[in-house]
Amino acid sequence: MSILVDKSTKVIVQGITGRDGSFHTKGMLEYGTSVVGGVTPGKGGEEVHGVPVFNSVQEAKKNTGADCSVIYVPARFASAALKEAAEAGMELIVCITEGVPVLEMMEIYHLVKKKGLRLIGPNCPGIISPGKCKIGIMPGHIHKQGAVGVISRSGTLTYEVVYNLTINNMGQSTCIGIGGDPIIGTGYIDLLDLFEKDNQTDAVVLIGEIGGEDEELAAEHIKKNITKPVVSFISGRTAPPGKRMGHAGAIISGGKGTAEAKVAAFKDAQVPVVDTPDQIPALLRELLRSVQK
Amino acid sequence: MKIHEYQAMSLFTQYGIEIVPSQLAESVNDVASIAKKLGGKVVVKSQVLVGGRGKAGGIKLAKSVEEAVQHAGKIFGMKIKNIPVEKVLVAQAVTILKEYYVGITIDRTTKTVVFVASASGGVDIEELAVNQPEKIQKLYVQAPQLPDPSALDAFLKKAFVTPKLFEQAKTTFLKLYKLFLEKECSLVEINPYAQLDNEMLVAADAKINFDDNGLYKNPDIEALRNPEEYSDGEIAAREAGLSFVSLDGDIGCIVNGAGLAMATMDIIKLYGGAPANFLDVGGSSNPEKVLNALRIILSNKKVKGVLINIFGGITRCDDIANGIMLALKKLDIRVPLVVRLVGTNEAAGKKILEDAGYVVASEMTDAVKKVIKECA
Repeated sequence: MSILVDKSTKVIVQGITGRDGSFHTKGMLEYGTSVVGGVTPGKGGEEVHGVPVFNSVQEAKKNTGADCSVIYVPARFASAALKEAAEAGMELIVCITEGVPVLEMMEIYHLVKKKGLRLIGPNCPGIISPGKCKIGIMPGHIHKQGAVGVISRSGTLTYEVVYNLTINNMGQSTCIGIGGDPIIGTGYIDLLDLFEKDNQTDAVVLIGEIGGEDEELAAEHIKKNITKPVVSFISGRTAPPGKRMGHAGAIISGGKGTAEAKVAAFKDAQVPVVDTPDQIPALLRELLRSVQK
Repeated sequence: MKIHEYQAMSLFTQYGIEIVPSQLAESVNDVASIAKKLGGKVVVKSQVLVGGRGKAGGIKLAKSVEEAVQHAGKIFGMKIKNIPVEKVLVAQAVTILKEYYVGITIDRTTKTVVFVASASGGVDIEELAVNQPEKIQKLYVQAPQLPDPSALDAFLKKAFVTPKLFEQAKTTFLKLYKLFLEKECSLVEINPYAQLDNEMLVAADAKINFDDNGLYKNPDIEALRNPEEYSDGEIAAREAGLSFVSLDGDIGCIVNGAGLAMATMDIIKLYGGAPANFLDVGGSSNPEKVLNALRIILSNKKVKGVLINIFGGITRCDDIANGIMLALKKLDIRVPLVVRLVGTNEAAGKKILEDAGYVVASEMTDAVKKVIKECA
């Protein structure tokens, strides 16, 4: 298995006729993802890369039986698109869009939760279960099917870690970019639990960064509930306080969200924190070997 | 985005929140006339966008117009955490009987807005939050809904014990919340929220931060942006659509993606180097962006070498390579460039640079070690 997405996942693309939506629809189709429809209000009846376009999520869902929606619409319209996906009851919603205002995301977060749906993102690269399904913008070819789960707040840093795993012949079960914003749909803890239960996954790499306290809470959770080996990398150790490091969520303020606090929390939970991403494969291999003994 | 105290005070006034009478001064002469108007006894407060102004000597009480002028003479031209003071706020000196704290911010963990109040306000509120958290009251509100009335009352009663104080605090919180929602803030804070005689409460300071992602909705707030908060490089980068933060070191960094950019800085430091900046060229790979990024980095005379670290996803390595070639033609590149390219169109990108005589690294750690060596 893998988590969240596999060969049976049927995807619709919100914003499919836009530049990004169309480009990445092609990438997803080429990877073998079952993209069954797209949504752009007013463009129903058209086709993009052979995929039928509908006027609303509701209509697309009814006609295609899709269970997942991926959102590429610009930031100003993203919360409306998210709301539409949630109202239509899409079980999995993946929001790639960067720049959604925090207060809008707050409302969406609680709406999605009330409806019992799952949201990944916003401001994230998406989800991939290598060899099965890719939903998002990551380069598929650097991935390889295997037994390592990857959870990350970042995009390209995730690719860096995945690349190091793959060249060391360590494939991945599922890789999830959870997003770099202060408010995101799904955090580390839910995904750690899914990986813990997943029989394809033997170990997890958790990639964190400065800002907030999600890593600290994840460390606490691992200590109590996760038996599979977890390895971590934290970026932003040299970032000065009060300066936003690109991601809206990556900021040290009021003495909170420092890399030191996160590293200390992981050490306390016996989760090794590496200094560079290229140290991850060897360390994981060692941990997996000792688990097998 | 941060704004100055005087700008925040003006927004408070706009929302009907009581503030200590005050006015902005940009010269010592201004200070003299404002101090006179406010009755002589005033506080001269430097307007800089960093914390710890008071502890740095940037806030002074004056008993007379003359004294205000004297203090202003020292405060203008002073540097607080390296930022020169160019404006001061002259505020009427009031007798504060007690300092409270009130604020509204985002709670990332519960994904709500949180109201914060304390009867022990003042400069050490952050220490108090760590050492005596029981003295800080919190109320979580699911924005944009209004707080539950009875929960709001219970929250306020813990910090504001008399009916008069309670009523004023309640009105203030509701106004602050309106401001918070309408202007897409990430923080509004009054510290101290000062109790004067007759149990009057007024804002003796004001702090507001805004969510950068919401600024497009409020051009009036965008207009408050203070260029002095940013280095020349940061301003040029914003105009070029790059995410950039100036740092103290001598190794310029161009990276795609914020997480990888931070990790690159960290690894430079790990191997004994010092990054000169954080720079995320973003996902698109327009060669012009690389040119602009190099131009901004090289305008910093401290830079002794530049590391370009690209993991191509949406970004195509050949576009980055073309951008570097364009920069080599258009700019006088006086320092070594170390390039690492991996991912989409890696082979094509490497070929472009190798044909021009450049060695391109595949591994991040190798590239970092190389740039440090070149800068030594």
